Amino acid sequence: MMAEALLEMRAITKEFPGVKALDNVNLTVQEGEIHAIVGENGAGKSTLMNVLSGIYPFGSYEGDIFFDGQECRFLNIKDSERLGIVIIHQELALVPFLSIGENLFLGNEQTGFGGINWDLTYQKAEKHMLEVGLNESSRTLIKDIGVGKQQLVEIAKALAKNVRLLILDEPTSALNDEDSLNLLNLLKKFRRERGITSIIISHKLNEIAYVADKITILRDGGTIETLDNMGSSVPESRIIKGMVGREMVDRFPKRVPHIGEKTLEIDHWTVYHPLFTERKVVDNVSINVRKGEVVGIAGLIGAGRTELCQSVFGKVYGAKISGVVKKDGVPLELGSAAEAIAHGFAYITEDRKGDGLVLTNFISHNITLSRLELVSKRGVIDKDKERQAAEDYREKLSIRTPDVEQFVGNLSGGNQQKVLVGKWMFSLPDIMMLDEPTRGVDVGAKYEIYTIINHLVGEGKAVLMISSELPELLGMCDRIYVMVEGKIVGELPRAQATQEIIMDMIMQASKGEQKTWAN
Amino acid sequence: MGKLKTAFSKNLKQFVMLIALVVIIVLFQLMTNGTLLKPMNVFNLINQNAYVVVLAVGMLVCILTGGNIDLSVGSVVAFVGACAGTFMITWKWDPYLSTLLCLVIGIMIGAWHGFWIAYVRIPAFIVTLSGQLIFRGLTLIVLKGLTLSPFPRAFMGLSTGAIGNFLNFLDPGTGLRNFTSLVIGIILAVVMVALQLKQRADRKRKGYSYEGLAATLLRALVIAAALTYFFWLLANYTGAPVVLIAVGIVLVAYSYLTSKTVMGRHLYAVGGNEKAARLSGVKTDKIKFLAYVNMSFMAALAGLIFSARLQSSSPQAGTGFELDAIGACFIGGASAYGGIGTVGGTLIGALIMGVLNNGMSIMGISIDVQQVVKGLVLLAAVAFDVISKQKISLPFIQKLLARRRIKA
Repeated sequence: MMAEALLEMRAITKEFPGVKALDNVNLTVQEGEIHAIVGENGAGKSTLMNVLSGIYPFGSYEGDIFFDGQECRFLNIKDSERLGIVIIHQELALVPFLSIGENLFLGNEQTGFGGINWDLTYQKAEKHMLEVGLNESSRTLIKDIGVGKQQLVEIAKALAKNVRLLILDEPTSALNDEDSLNLLNLLKKFRRERGITSIIISHKLNEIAYVADKITILRDGGTIETLDNMGSSVPESRIIKGMVGREMVDRFPKRVPHIGEKTLEIDHWTVYHPLFTERKVVDNVSINVRKGEVVGIAGLIGAGRTELCQSVFGKVYGAKISGVVKKDGVPLELGSAAEAIAHGFAYITEDRKGDGLVLTNFISHNITLSRLELVSKRGVIDKDKERQAAEDYREKLSIRTPDVEQFVGNLSGGNQQKVLVGKWMFSLPDIMMLDEPTRGVDVGAKYEIYTIINHLVGEGKAVLMISSELPELLGMCDRIYVMVEGKIVGELPRAQATQEIIMDMIMQASKGEQKTWAN
Repeated sequence: MGKLKTAFSKNLKQFVMLIALVVIIVLFQLMTNGTLLKPMNVFNLINQNAYVVVLAVGMLVCILTGGNIDLSVGSVVAFVGACAGTFMITWKWDPYLSTLLCLVIGIMIGAWHGFWIAYVRIPAFIVTLSGQLIFRGLTLIVLKGLTLSPFPRAFMGLSTGAIGNFLNFLDPGTGLRNFTSLVIGIILAVVMVALQLKQRADRKRKGYSYEGLAATLLRALVIAAALTYFFWLLANYTGAPVVLIAVGIVLVAYSYLTSKTVMGRHLYAVGGNEKAARLSGVKTDKIKFLAYVNMSFMAALAGLIFSARLQSSSPQAGTGFELDAIGACFIGGASAYGGIGTVGGTLIGALIMGVLNNGMSIMGISIDVQQVVKGLVLLAAVAFDVISKQKISLPFIQKLLARRRIKA
């Protein structure tokens, strides 16, 4: 019976200075199954996969790895790839200015006599692209295709390496529901048709329940259990219980809405792309948010939601912007982020590392950055006040750190996100625009962030929220706008909104757009 | 003990560099048979390196905004020197007015660079490379290829000579040539110790993390002893150089600016993550512009100090100064990506460069070998920084170890 196991990891222990990231972890994956690994941030999922793929070389961990019955001692990724173990990381490893074909064979170039055989390269590339249902020319540059298609390129790249065990680390975190489903179906197809075994790491439990045959739960660096999910039999609550070690009654905290006057009104807002100034990214959008209300914007990636918020927030994005932004009925001319902040706007970016936080600065310095005048006098910072403010938010948001004078870069993803939220709460806004506020955050921290949002609207603030996770919008919002290709195509009160209705609205509105569905 | 450890690891780089500085000083003191720390040599060391410290502090501000360097400072030093010579020597203008005018010229040059870098968004590397050529060329045009000298006495007082021995009447009979210098040193030492203790008491009172009394006292006393010894050395010669005043003001002012003001915080934010800073309402363009205005202002100041020391305006003045300044910043722990670095660290870096230069010259080591050594020190300092940040230690060393284990 043991002979059937494609992969067996036995008693894996991995220590970093001061931390035991993995403690006696066991993982068995049978040939031809889709095996999900779940756990909170910091549970050790990524570390385990890095051990498996040789990123942490043999000798830097304890325990044994058996692949196909052979003991393996990988010293680098090349060693594991030679056996057909391919890992696709959360941050995609593609070169934006090279073509799809060039990327597919990067590090695995199809050489012939006297150099690279480009005809062979592109011919092979097209074959693998067909297998993953990627409907593009193999000469298209990576930067010109969306994230969803980029993810497919990564998978095609794995196929080009004759993959036997495909490891996907958070493959859908940047994808919308449609692209996610597409990807999961692709994994199922591979298993069915070609017997490819996959390991998938994800925070999205509905996806896990949908796709996985087996689910292994990690917590605090140890294996908790492996569940059999044949026929999607494991309920999500069961998985959550294993992950957090306790029963979570609700995914979303309850809130009784107290909705007041209209505070934010955006009228006939049109924005063009800053580089391709002929392209409309936001098209005649009129929306409003009331005090004490959480309003969501649903839509696919690239629908223009982020661009809408960023252009409203002091025109930090876009060109040829037209339309009116009113706050409490008064039209505002917001020419920079500084002016928007001064008028009580806050924009919490979707990319906390890219444009949200200064990772090389202290937590306290990040929290006060957008409104330093609140803790300074005539340009000189009062460090006591600053510290006090930071301590305040550390407590309110339960940011887990021994000291606020600690670099933000040293915190876990969930805690960084809380610092980001704290930073914008510190600026005392009336209107908060939250762009993917829970991206890459584990279940426990998500709940805490939802609680914070509820608390904010409880104080009478207005919240405009973008999320690619529909259940999150349905669970949190009082009202939902649906945005497709820069236009608002619908508006639903909470009571009427369901995933099906929203998806249907999106599909109806985006008809005619070329689809790249497999299956 | 745990607290001490975190304090160390937070300032690991600076701490190591401080130790490196001490080791280098001791090493050269031995190899030069005690010449390095002879009063006269210390006096010269300060005069020779004052302009490096000034330039390095200006450079630090640029580097903080995102690893941008300024390649034009050597040429700006020469150009401002040439202007000073023309005003005071050729045209016989008032030295004070001329000095002021030269600083204004520095600011204007900075505004020129800053405009192209911050508002037109041309990479700093290219703008300042162009500045290097432009201002070297203008220097030659202004001076017509000739050297102007000598400057009036009032101007040379800026950087040559020592602070007068006006407290001589207090001397109880120490036999020092300049008793006043010793008094200055002792006053500075006492102030230093008091400040350190006050800071610790403040942190304790407010309930922040603080280090043990022994650690604070030890550090304060070591600094105090070093300061007193340093000024005692100078007291044995003509006294503390006048230029020390300018350098001291620059160091204190910029330490304050970078650590205590909104402006300073914005510098670190822009360098650490420019997009995040802009979304937080920081006027990132303005910050970059001001960094370059400041840089050329500092270059003008350094140019004045340098011409006063040489007592002439020379067409070749300042060649290669930018490299000393950049080197000092990186040795002192500034990050090549911006957002990390301190004035204190930069001072240590400048001193390491200065002592290396001076020590090797005393030993009669030729210029070519000196350059090799300085290059290696720069590389070693930055490599140390990079390696100590890779928390998991070097992957290739791990792999090597792993290979060994398999063989065994």
